[in-house]
Amino acid sequence: MINTTAISNLLTVMADDALIQGHRNSEWTGLGPIMEEDIAFSSMAQDKIGHAWALYKIIQEELKGSDPDQFAFLRNEKDYKCCHFVEHPNGEYDFSLMRHFLFDHAEAIRYEQLQQSSFQPLQPLAKKLKGEIKYHTLHANAWVSQLCRAGEESHARMQSALTACFPLALGLFEPGGEAEQILIAEKVYPGEKALKEMWQDRIYNILTAAALNLPDENTIEPVYGGRKGYHTIYLQPLLEEMGAVFRTDPAATW
Amino acid sequence: MDNNQSLDPRVNRLKLNASGEGAIVQEGENWNAFEVFHQEKRGAHHEHVGCVHAPNAQMALIFAKEQFGRRKKCVNLWVVRSADILAFDAEDEDMFANNGEKTYRDASGFKVMEKINKFKKEAK
Repeated sequence: MINTTAISNLLTVMADDALIQGHRNSEWTGLGPIMEEDIAFSSMAQDKIGHAWALYKIIQEELKGSDPDQFAFLRNEKDYKCCHFVEHPNGEYDFSLMRHFLFDHAEAIRYEQLQQSSFQPLQPLAKKLKGEIKYHTLHANAWVSQLCRAGEESHARMQSALTACFPLALGLFEPGGEAEQILIAEKVYPGEKALKEMWQDRIYNILTAAALNLPDENTIEPVYGGRKGYHTIYLQPLLEEMGAVFRTDPAATW
Repeated sequence: MDNNQSLDPRVNRLKLNASGEGAIVQEGENWNAFEVFHQEKRGAHHEHVGCVHAPNAQMALIFAKEQFGRRKKCVNLWVVRSADILAFDAEDEDMFANNGEKTYRDASGFKVMEKINKFKKEAK
């Protein structure tokens, strides 16, 4: 019997990251720099929100959780477990693309590992999402590569975005303490440290090809706290906006 | 600058000057049109579905995936630079004008199913 508390927590962490990042992606709808990008970010927004829903559904069906919509829209801010990385406003396109690059490679690795999870419901989900996340990483790779050879200003902005994003991105792998050790022991997943190392290996090759310098992790303070309910000032307004329609009538059938 | 205002953002981003002097196009700024071809299932031919603008073929594939491959069934996409596609001019349409009268070139132009079915029956 798998520890339901520990696994509910892990799935909530993953789902909240996807939900909030999905919302940030959706903010490019109508505002993307070109029409093709408007469509791309809108589609990725839908994908992320779908991933979040699927995870909330597993929590509901397998782990005695509440209804996915209620859970997504009606929790208090402190009960969300998303990292600060996804909470930050979109800013300029360079920040959004770099966040998309770092986030989606982390997702790709996480779901690759979950294909062999001992928690059975995660296996079909991980396989189902594989193709969607592949597109997300291809999209991010193409833009990082393109913008880093588009002149000095473009390259400098991408380096600046990477430098700004990296400490925040480390928050994706915030250590989960004793609950995480339980999940590692039960082979639900390999743990945050292992995932982070795989992620760093993967992004290093792509960033090197783009002539970007990955900040030295030893000189950086990772931005943690989101997993424990400590959030940036940006999350509360986002939740209010995101849940506004739902909260007008939570009992409605749409 | 006023003389070079255009409704096409690809023109405006080049920042051409009014005097018509040559402009240097930065790498990545010269976006081409790419035609997109969509394959519904393995073995079927790719069908033309539209175009995207992109700085290179790799980016064009990425754009095409969401623009033309996000709804109906899709197993593959091609992109081809529009400039690499050759076509007849509009005035050459006359070469095709009489096709409608040449039903003998189309299998459906021959009323032979009755004969074929009769032949099959007799062959048994």
